[in-house]
Amino acid sequence: MKRLSNNRNLTGLLFVSPWIIGFLIFTAFPLLYSLFLSFQEVKITTDGIKTNFVSFGNYEYAFSVDGTFVDRVLKYLEEMVISVPIIIVFSLIIALLLNQKIKFRGLFRTIFFLPVIIASGPVIKELIDQGITTIPSIEQYAIYQALSDNPDGFFNGILLYLIKNLIVILWYSGVQILIFLAALQKMDKQIFEAAKIDGASNWEFFWKITLPSLTPMIIVNLIYTIVTYSVFSLNPIIEHIQKNMFKVDTGYGYASALSWIYFLIIAAALAIAVGVMTVKRKKKYT
Amino acid sequence: MQTKIQQVNKYYLKTKRMFLGMQGTDGLLYKLLIYGLLVGIGFVYLYPLLYMGVYSFKSLDDLLNPLVNWIPTQFYTGNYEQANKVLNFFSTLMETLYVTVLPALAQTAVAAVVGYGLARFDFRGKKIMFVLVLATFIIPPQVTLIPRYIFFNELNILGSLSAFLLPATFGQGLNSAIFILIFYQFFRAVPKALEEAAQLDGAGHFRIFFTIALPMALPAIIISFLFSFVWYWNETYLAAIYFGDALTTLPLQLQKFVATYQQMFPAEMGVSGGNQLNEGIKMAGTVLSILPLLIVYFITQRWFVEGVDRSGITGE
Repeated sequence: MKRLSNNRNLTGLLFVSPWIIGFLIFTAFPLLYSLFLSFQEVKITTDGIKTNFVSFGNYEYAFSVDGTFVDRVLKYLEEMVISVPIIIVFSLIIALLLNQKIKFRGLFRTIFFLPVIIASGPVIKELIDQGITTIPSIEQYAIYQALSDNPDGFFNGILLYLIKNLIVILWYSGVQILIFLAALQKMDKQIFEAAKIDGASNWEFFWKITLPSLTPMIIVNLIYTIVTYSVFSLNPIIEHIQKNMFKVDTGYGYASALSWIYFLIIAAALAIAVGVMTVKRKKKYT
Repeated sequence: MQTKIQQVNKYYLKTKRMFLGMQGTDGLLYKLLIYGLLVGIGFVYLYPLLYMGVYSFKSLDDLLNPLVNWIPTQFYTGNYEQANKVLNFFSTLMETLYVTVLPALAQTAVAAVVGYGLARFDFRGKKIMFVLVLATFIIPPQVTLIPRYIFFNELNILGSLSAFLLPATFGQGLNSAIFILIFYQFFRAVPKALEEAAQLDGAGHFRIFFTIALPMALPAIIISFLFSFVWYWNETYLAAIYFGDALTTLPLQLQKFVATYQQMFPAEMGVSGGNQLNEGIKMAGTVLSILPLLIVYFITQRWFVEGVDRSGITGE
């Protein structure tokens, strides 16, 4: 019997072995190697790569000398703090709308999921360049005028950013809508009926039953949104890393350091976001 | 008098019911609000596409004419002819398919195998491995990019399909973790009894996988392949670095659109109009570069949209 289960274990390992090999070669090793490179000055010579240990030099350079990097990181964080909640709330609203008994549901689903298909950097860049991503004809309204006259204020900045990028932000929410929609459809209909008998209004039903039961999906979406938002090819930080990668004077070592800093920032953002969500959830149930 | 008041009351209740409904969800006003929202947001979603479509058919005269807004005065296809030349559409399309379909196939196949292994077997370190699979999703590709680049350079596979295909074959392609998760969820839901019955009939694990599990997983296979295909298609960052000038894709060509155009049609001094690059041509190029994906999407959107709930991407 023991041999049989051992045998089973081995078969299981065999099934996952491609992934294990791949992980070691294409992820774990490159990860460590790039960490190693980030502490080096890398020179490419005809004999191959020459490295020279510089301790935290690359990291110091990123924060003290390279002004663009710090600027872009701050801007990225600011934009993420604005966009991510909007994407989540917005996709939840759309999912709720689509979850109702409405006509043309298939058509609406098709439309709202469309952006996932065309979300490639160059296409979106082309759209942004043409100014198609702002709300149509918003410039004519007084609010916009008032905002653009003094774009320095904190809230004004946020609003302006929103107006200018609304369509792009909305376009990020295709997969999230689907995830919420799938979760909504899996919800038990009996709970709804029980709540109705108890006289719960739709409003109460949403806040007391739908939303709490969606919390795990909100976390999933949060992670998904932050990750896709961060690795999107139009992201200015990523452009910056790529530029440095092929620069002669900074090169691979510095670019590695930059990508590690970026990685740590994303990880921290994820940890904070998930942490806040779970703490909130625990509070609700105690 | 009394009856009149009653009648008015009755009408009032009736209209109120019609507008607000019995439970607040079936009234006319509510419906109006829902459809209004859906149509409004839907328009915002489609707006860039409509804009692109319209502008790509505008001739230079229409572009310059401020009176022409949404409907061009003539059906002008010149923009598409130019864009087709700049993008070198058909041969680029073939190349794009080549560098997207094959990695997508490899990625789907490996995700199925690994997902099956995780879902149906217990082995030491499975939990750790599961965490690592999820971790690969949040590692930005930029972190592993440089070592991979050096590594591929040494293997001499930069500028060839292998730079995409090799990681995909070993489950480290674009968003591989998501696909493994999809198959994991799917295979976990397959009843154990089925497997046991097959085992009694003397089928081995691999036979069970190929003859029972895989055919059942068709929905998961379809959506994994489709998503994988779309994500590889849209990947320009890694493609630009790994492929260099050796291979190109439609999005990459679009990225270089302006430069290529100016090279092909150098602006002649003194001659205005004619060969200048304009919005219409750019939009035609953009339309062309997303057209194949749009066609694929409209044929397969049923799977795209339904696949997610059917394959249980959301878990339990």
